Amino acid sequence: MASYTLDVYMPVVILMAIGVLLVLVSVFLAQIIRPFKPSALKEQAYECGEDPVGTAWANFNVRFYVVSLIFIVFDVEGALMFPVASIFRRFVEIGEGGVLLGSLLIFIAVLVFGIVYCWSKGDLDWVRSFQLSQEQINELKGVEDKA
Amino acid sequence: MSPTLYDYVNQFEAHQKAVAMLNEFFGTDVTGYVTFLVFLVGALIVVGVMATIGGLGTYAERKISADIQMRQGPNRVGPFGILQFLADGVKMILKEDIYPAQADRLLFNLAPMLAIVGVLATLAVVPFSSGLTLANLNVGVFFLVGISSLVGVAVFLGGYSANSKWSMLGGMRGASQIISYEVPITITTLTIVLLSGGLSFGAFVETQGGLPHQWYIFHNPFTFIGFFVFFIGMLAETNRAPFDLPEAESELVSGYHTEYTGMRFGLFALAEYIEIFVLCGVAVAAFLGGYKVPFDLGSGVIFVEKLGLPAIIGKNIGQVLQLGSFVTKTLALYYVVIWVRWTYPRIRVDQVMTICWKYLTPLALFNLVGVTVWMYLTHNQSIWELFSHLFAAAGSGGGH
Repeated sequence: MASYTLDVYMPVVILMAIGVLLVLVSVFLAQIIRPFKPSALKEQAYECGEDPVGTAWANFNVRFYVVSLIFIVFDVEGALMFPVASIFRRFVEIGEGGVLLGSLLIFIAVLVFGIVYCWSKGDLDWVRSFQLSQEQINELKGVEDKA
Repeated sequence: MSPTLYDYVNQFEAHQKAVAMLNEFFGTDVTGYVTFLVFLVGALIVVGVMATIGGLGTYAERKISADIQMRQGPNRVGPFGILQFLADGVKMILKEDIYPAQADRLLFNLAPMLAIVGVLATLAVVPFSSGLTLANLNVGVFFLVGISSLVGVAVFLGGYSANSKWSMLGGMRGASQIISYEVPITITTLTIVLLSGGLSFGAFVETQGGLPHQWYIFHNPFTFIGFFVFFIGMLAETNRAPFDLPEAESELVSGYHTEYTGMRFGLFALAEYIEIFVLCGVAVAAFLGGYKVPFDLGSGVIFVEKLGLPAIIGKNIGQVLQLGSFVTKTLALYYVVIWVRWTYPRIRVDQVMTICWKYLTPLALFNLVGVTVWMYLTHNQSIWELFSHLFAAAGSGGGH
């Protein structure tokens, strides 16, 4: 059957090629007719009129890194469920849905466990809060008093 | 299974005759080349129409926002200002293109291209009608989830490469938001995969019906919640308000495209507006019955039988009705997306993450469990079928 060969991806390749050409042609076309008067002031990075301070490629909030790690776990789990999900209906129709129901529920249980674990570790909080013990509070107060 | 564009064209006698004549003329089998040409023309038409819709989307956005805020909106270029987007396009071509001195030029150029390519590639699987589907891939929805991530890469690259602090903040926020909201969207799509028993959009739509009670949104209570999870995730994926933190103009200037000027900026905007249409189309195909027309008018059989029209004309009328059904529902959803933007205030960056991971993802998982158990217990019947069984049982019980 035709849908199992790579021929069906032809429109995808064509569309991608159109996309690349669209960008190249429109940028090239713009290059011909637009003005071109570069100056050092224009090429500065925009910082609301001030001279830019340092580079933007500096250390960044580590929360974004944690989010991407959590995402990878969940996305892979989701991707693994697609094949099972696509045959579940057929199994239900012939009355054999129990096996797949069990395996799907185990998968979902792993996902739920994952999110509960991340949640309890505080990785889902954007700003992690730390509860100080009474001793630590007293210690901090002591430091303040001395100062 | 719904056929692709080529199968649709191939059913016409004229096309088959033309291919046979070309075969004779060239002395070889030209079917491959003809297939390529049909897809090329189809793809060009789809891209052209989509670019126009993207342009009109910017106009609609401004006009609807003006309506909501009791202003006039653009009203100078053309009747009711409808040609405003063409004027904007001309302006963008004529603008000087500025590279920031510190930027990574290669990535800076690559980012808009990735956005456009990622969005246009998703167009291949959008089911406009049963005939006008460029590629009815058997992994359709999986393909869509994968390829639309290119836009996330483009947003991040655009923000990173410019070497400006506003861009960097916007790009980081955009990347984290887009990948986070992909989780609830993927899990919600899984429920539709479960219900339809296939990964292709053809399977999604063909297992639904034309009337609202046959749509997946009203199939059972879990899919009803699922639609809203999908819709909220969709707003965040396309960086729309109230999730427009990557380009929050009042705090980040313009976010990841702060340093982009002229045509490159225009391409980013175009990609964004086409992506909204594509994702609205996906929501319509998955939850709102896709291109299905009520009372089976879409197959066109009724026109042939009742009105005595030739089979080919009946079929084409059906196709037009299907296209109309799909586009009407998609544009209605598009309107809601714009309406939401001008109604709700922007939320904070930690709230974005909280909504995704603490509310939508658990809710999506709950829906997934609910749909699985529902299908197993009711043998894949919708809530209306269950009700009709109940009433039938009660009716027969009362009669005895």
